[in-house]
Amino acid sequence: MSEALWALGRGTGVVALVLMTITVVLGILTRSGRPAFGMPRFAVTLVHRNSALIGTVFILIHIVSLLFDPYAQLNLIDYFVPFVGAYRPFWLGLGAVAFDLIIAIVVTSLLRRSIGQRAFRVVHWATYAMWPIALFHAIGTGTDASSGLFILLALACFSAVAGSVIWRLSTHFQLRGATRLDRRIDPSRIAPAPEVKEIQ
Amino acid sequence: MPGRTLHIDWTRCDARGSCIELLPELLRRDNWGYPLARTGSEFAVPAHLDDAAEDAVNLCPVLALRFTAPVRG
Ligand code: SF4
Repeated sequence: MSEALWALGRGTGVVALVLMTITVVLGILTRSGRPAFGMPRFAVTLVHRNSALIGTVFILIHIVSLLFDPYAQLNLIDYFVPFVGAYRPFWLGLGAVAFDLIIAIVVTSLLRRSIGQRAFRVVHWATYAMWPIALFHAIGTGTDASSGLFILLALACFSAVAGSVIWRLSTHFQLRGATRLDRRIDPSRIAPAPEVKEIQ
Repeated sequence: MPGRTLHIDWTRCDARGSCIELLPELLRRDNWGYPLARTGSEFAVPAHLDDAAEDAVNLCPVLALRFTAPVRG
């Protein structure tokens, strides 16, 4: 039984890492205002949101399953307060920090409409701290860390996020103004401009 | 059921264009990529497009869309 819990705890952690990696990459894509991977823009945003929520569910399963694991002997407090646990306190503490940040990011995202765009955005920036912390947690705590396959996966996740961030910082990242439109415009496809009426 | 009215806050809108993809019947891109309705920044949503409009409101990355009062008249 405890073997199963341990496997579940590890497996869900790995899946959560992959889902959160997809989320971060799609979040950066959403920010760029481009369609991607054959998906229209709204779908990029939709998948960004859904992979974040599913990833969060996986993290909850990850946490709950390890709570009952007799080997790690975790207390509830270890999940929220970093660096106080007995079992690998540093690496586990990173997980607690990432978890706290995820709670903040998810809650402010769900309440985006009531807290306003500014607060939402400030907290959303914490993702850039959360994701690397979570990755270090995965590499440091994970008993899988010694397995070559996990190292490969972690490397792939890292390259995906690092690549997106570098692209995010490049000048052509965001489509602005006229550059949003196709350069070559087929004159036969130009629709007449709609007439704009003042409201009231 | 009378349709709802959708308002585009152009001061917030970042011309990401996802609302234009979701409501191609009601919005088109202006020359700078911003969404434009026939009536400008405020437009009536027919009942059969209400779900799509709801998605557009929820998926606008910068909260630039909101429902205002039901259509007048
Ligand atoms: S989805 Fe929002 S930001 Fe994008 S064009 Fe529509 S109103 Fe503007």
